Amino acid sequence: MKRLFVPLAVVAAAMFAAAPVAIAKADYESTMLLVQKIFYFHFATWMAMTLAIAVCGVASLVYLFRGSKLADWYAVASAELVVVFGIFGLFSGSLWGRKAWGVWWQWDARVTMATMLVLVFLGYLMVRKYGGPGSEKLAAAMGIFGAATAPFVYKSVDWWRTIHPQTTVMKTLGGNWPGAWYLVWFCTASFLTLTVLMLAARVRLEAMRHRLDEMYLAAEDS
Amino acid sequence: MLALLVAVLQQIPEGFVRVTGVPQTEQIPAAPLVIAAYAFFLLLMVFYLWTIWRRIGKVETEMHVLERRQSEKR
Repeated sequence: MKRLFVPLAVVAAAMFAAAPVAIAKADYESTMLLVQKIFYFHFATWMAMTLAIAVCGVASLVYLFRGSKLADWYAVASAELVVVFGIFGLFSGSLWGRKAWGVWWQWDARVTMATMLVLVFLGYLMVRKYGGPGSEKLAAAMGIFGAATAPFVYKSVDWWRTIHPQTTVMKTLGGNWPGAWYLVWFCTASFLTLTVLMLAARVRLEAMRHRLDEMYLAAEDS
Repeated sequence: MLALLVAVLQQIPEGFVRVTGVPQTEQIPAAPLVIAAYAFFLLLMVFYLWTIWRRIGKVETEMHVLERRQSEKR
């Protein structure tokens, strides 16, 4: 990853420079018009959050049953990314909703469940920070259950018909409007690249913290 | 009557439909929201990357201090 980090960072920077230009040039959606342009980063951030959730869930499982330190570092690093992307997803959704729904906030099934999911991972981070010794295992259980909740959040718009668009929006987008379909996946690829980079940087921080702990232990022994 | 209803429903497009051009009145209230969304993303990413960089810096400093203290002991 060390060798790939700089080239990937350059690719991500180029993609994030190109994305707003392409979004500005993209056509408007027939009913929502300009405000629909929030969709490109809004969708991409939830995809990045989904990747982070998957990493956290798998890494938490590996840590809980195998005790791998590396898995624990990945779990805590990805949990932080879930919260970061979740905050942006909720914020951008609120701005979009202000124009499209006429309200800043709606207790819609998808919005409420997504908020709860972000809170679960915020809880994970709080357990890690303030839980004391052994909190890693408790947090790992939270990570697994947080990841298990994610599919319910995804399907919530289909199961409970509320104000939020259904999952069919993305399924029909390719046929109805290929330009937007390509653009949203381009933005998603940019977000996923950024996720990988931030995850690598954050895991490095955990590895350094572990090394520092070992140095303190060695210093106490000597 | 049912056939008419089915015909009407079939005409309703599913999902997003593309349109070119936008009335000026529609742009005014939406523009600050779109700009706020993208600006917030930029600020959030810059802030988060800064926090990672700062935390790595802190750990590195602590490592150097510890190493120096250890070498002084010897």
